[in-house]
Amino acid sequence: MLLPLPVVVPLALAVAVYLTPSRLWRPRLLALGAAIHLLLVGLALRAPAGSGGDWLRLDAPGRLLLLLVSVLFLVCAVYAVGYLEQRPERENRRFTACMLAVLGAMSLVAYAQHLGLLWVGIEATTLASAPLVYFNRSARSIEATWKYLLISSVGIALALLGSFFVGYAALLGGGEASLLFPDLLARAGELSRPWLRTGFALLLVGYGTKMGLAPMHTWKPDAYGEAPGVVGAVLAGGLTSCAFLALLRFTQLTAAAGEGIYANRLLIAIGLLSMAVAGALLLGQRDLKRMLAYSSVEQMGILALAAGLGAAATFAALLHLVLNAFGKAGLFLAAGNLHRAFGGKTTGEIRGALRRLPYSGTVFLFGLFAITGSPPFGLFVSKLLIVQVALAAGRGWLAALFVALLLLVFAGMGTTTFAALQGRPTAYARQSAYRDRARGYLPPLLLVALVLLLGLHLPASLRGLLTEAAAALGGGR
Amino acid sequence: MQSLLEILVAGLLLVNLVALGAGRIGSMVRAVALQGLLLGMIAIVAHGEASNRVLVLALASVVLKAWLIPAMLFRALRQVAIRREVEPLLGLLPSLVLGALTTALAVAAAGRLPFAEERLAPLLVPAALATVAAGLLLLVTRRKAITQVVGYLVLENGIFAFGLLLVEAMPFLVEAGVLLDLFVGIFVLSIIIHHINREFASLDTRRLSQLRE
Repeated sequence: MLLPLPVVVPLALAVAVYLTPSRLWRPRLLALGAAIHLLLVGLALRAPAGSGGDWLRLDAPGRLLLLLVSVLFLVCAVYAVGYLEQRPERENRRFTACMLAVLGAMSLVAYAQHLGLLWVGIEATTLASAPLVYFNRSARSIEATWKYLLISSVGIALALLGSFFVGYAALLGGGEASLLFPDLLARAGELSRPWLRTGFALLLVGYGTKMGLAPMHTWKPDAYGEAPGVVGAVLAGGLTSCAFLALLRFTQLTAAAGEGIYANRLLIAIGLLSMAVAGALLLGQRDLKRMLAYSSVEQMGILALAAGLGAAATFAALLHLVLNAFGKAGLFLAAGNLHRAFGGKTTGEIRGALRRLPYSGTVFLFGLFAITGSPPFGLFVSKLLIVQVALAAGRGWLAALFVALLLLVFAGMGTTTFAALQGRPTAYARQSAYRDRARGYLPPLLLVALVLLLGLHLPASLRGLLTEAAAALGGGR
Repeated sequence: MQSLLEILVAGLLLVNLVALGAGRIGSMVRAVALQGLLLGMIAIVAHGEASNRVLVLALASVVLKAWLIPAMLFRALRQVAIRREVEPLLGLLPSLVLGALTTALAVAAAGRLPFAEERLAPLLVPAALATVAAGLLLLVTRRKAITQVVGYLVLENGIFAFGLLLVEAMPFLVEAGVLLDLFVGIFVLSIIIHHINREFASLDTRRLSQLRE
C-alpha cells in the first residue's frame, strides 16, 4: 500500500526540518513545505474522484477537507515565519517539525477510508500537536499541555472502543469482515443495532472530545489560551474539522443502518449543550484567546446540531465547517499579534488595540463580525441555511433556541472584543517593540476576507465540491 | 484451551482490582505491566492457531505494555523526587468496592448485547468493559501524573482486549498504528511528567489549577 503524497511529503519534510541546523531556514522550509503541499493537493484534486487504493482514497468529503486544511495551513505557515522571527528566545526546531507532522496527519484523516486508519490519523494529530501547545514552556503551558494530551487521549481511546464496537456490529452482521466505510455503508442494514448504538455514543464522546463539544471541552480554553496564536489557528481550524468529518462519517453509517433518529437526537442535544455552555462562559470572559476557544466550542456545537438535522443540513454543515475554519484561524492569528504588542491576552492588558495596532485590531473586529455570522459574511449564510432546514423540518422551537444562543454568544464576544479594541493603550503597550507589519496582519486579513468573499459569492467549483461532499455524506440518510 | 483462557481473563480482572487497591505507585505500574503480559498471553491462547500475524502482534504488545512503557514510567518515577505513595482522592477500600461494582455492572451490560460466537466474546466483552471502567475510575480518582498515566494504560488495555475479537477484521497496519500511537503518547506524557516535576516540584495534578474560569 502506497501512502499518498500529501501525507508522505509533509512527514518527510518534518524530519528534514528537524535535522536542519539553521534556525533561520527552518521556518522558511515550513512555509515552503506548506506551499508544496497545496500544490500536491491541487494535483490530487485534479485526479478523477475516488482514485487510489481501497484504504486511502479521496472521496468528495475527503477532497473538501484536504483542500481546506491545505489552504489554511499555508496561511498559518507564512504567518509562522514572521511569528518565529519575533520569538528568537524560543527554539523553533520542534515547533516547525511538529507543525509539518500535524499537516501530514490531517491529510491522512482526509484520505482514510478505514475506520481504524481514520482513528490512527486523528490520534496522530493530537500527539503531533501537543509539543506545539507547549511552545512557551511556562508553568501555565505545561498545565495546558497535560490537560490537552490526557483528556484528548482518553477521549480518543473511547473513540477507538466505539470504532471497535462498530466493527463488531459488522462482524455480527456476517458477510465479509471489512471495516472500510464504503463496504460498511453498503451492508449498513445488516449491522447489529445494539452494538452500533453503543458504538455511536462512544464515538460521539470520543471524537466530540477532540472537537471540543461540551461537556468534554475542558481542555480547549486552556490549550488554545496558552498555545501561540498560530497553533490555536491550526487546532481550531484544522484539527476540529478532521474530528468533525470522522463524526459525520459515523453519523452517516448509523443513519444508513436505520438508527438515524437516535443519532440525530444525541447530536442535537450535545450541539445545543455546547452552544449554551459556550454562551454562558463567554459572558464576562476577559481573556481574548479563551474567548476564541469558547467561540470554537460554540461553532462545534453548531456543527453537531447541523449534523443532527439530517441529510438536508449536510451542505450547510460543510459550508459552516469551511467558513468557521477560516474565520476562527484569522481571529487567532490577529489575537496573536495583539498578544505580542500588549504582552498579555486579557482585557486588563489589551486596551485600545485599534489605536495601538490599527491593522490587526481592525482585522480582529471584522473577524468578530465574521465568526458571529453577521451579514454579509459567509457564516451568516451557513447559519441561515441551518435555520431554514430546521424550520422546513417543522422544528420551530429548535430554530428559535438556536438563534437565541447565537445572540447570547454575540453579546458575550462583542463585549470582550470592544473592551479590548477601544480606549487608550496601556503604558506597556505604548512602549513595546511590536509593530503592525504586513507579514503579521496580512495572513489573518486574507482569511477573514475569504469568509467575506465566500459569503458574497460562492465560486461554482467550491459549490460543486460542497454539493458533492454533502451528497456523499447524505447518501443513505 | 478454554479453561486456560478463563483463568487468564480472570487474572486480567484481578489485576484491575490490584491496580485500584495499590498503595504505592510502583505497585500500580507493576500491575499494569502484568496486565500487558496477560493480554499478550490471551491473544496467543485465543488466536494461537490463527497465524504468525497474531503472534507478532501479541509479542509487540507484550514488549510494549509489559516492558517498554513500565520501564519508561519507572524511569520517570526515579527521576522525580516525590513520595511513592499513591495518595488517592478516593480511599483504596472505596476504590476497590467501586471497582468490584463496575465489574459486576460490566458483566450485566455485556449480557444485554448479542455475541457473534460463543467461545471468546462472552469472556472477553465483560472483561474488556470492566477494564475500561477500572481505567476511567483510576483516571478520575488518582491525582498524581504518573498514576493518571497508569489509569490511561488500564483503559487502553481494556480496549485492546476488546480489539482481540476483531483480530481477523483489523488489518495489521491499523493495529501496528494503534500500538505506535500508544507508545508515542506515553512517551510524550512521560516527557511532560518530567517538566511538571521541574516546574512545580511536585507531580500532584491538583497543582495544575491555574487555568480556570
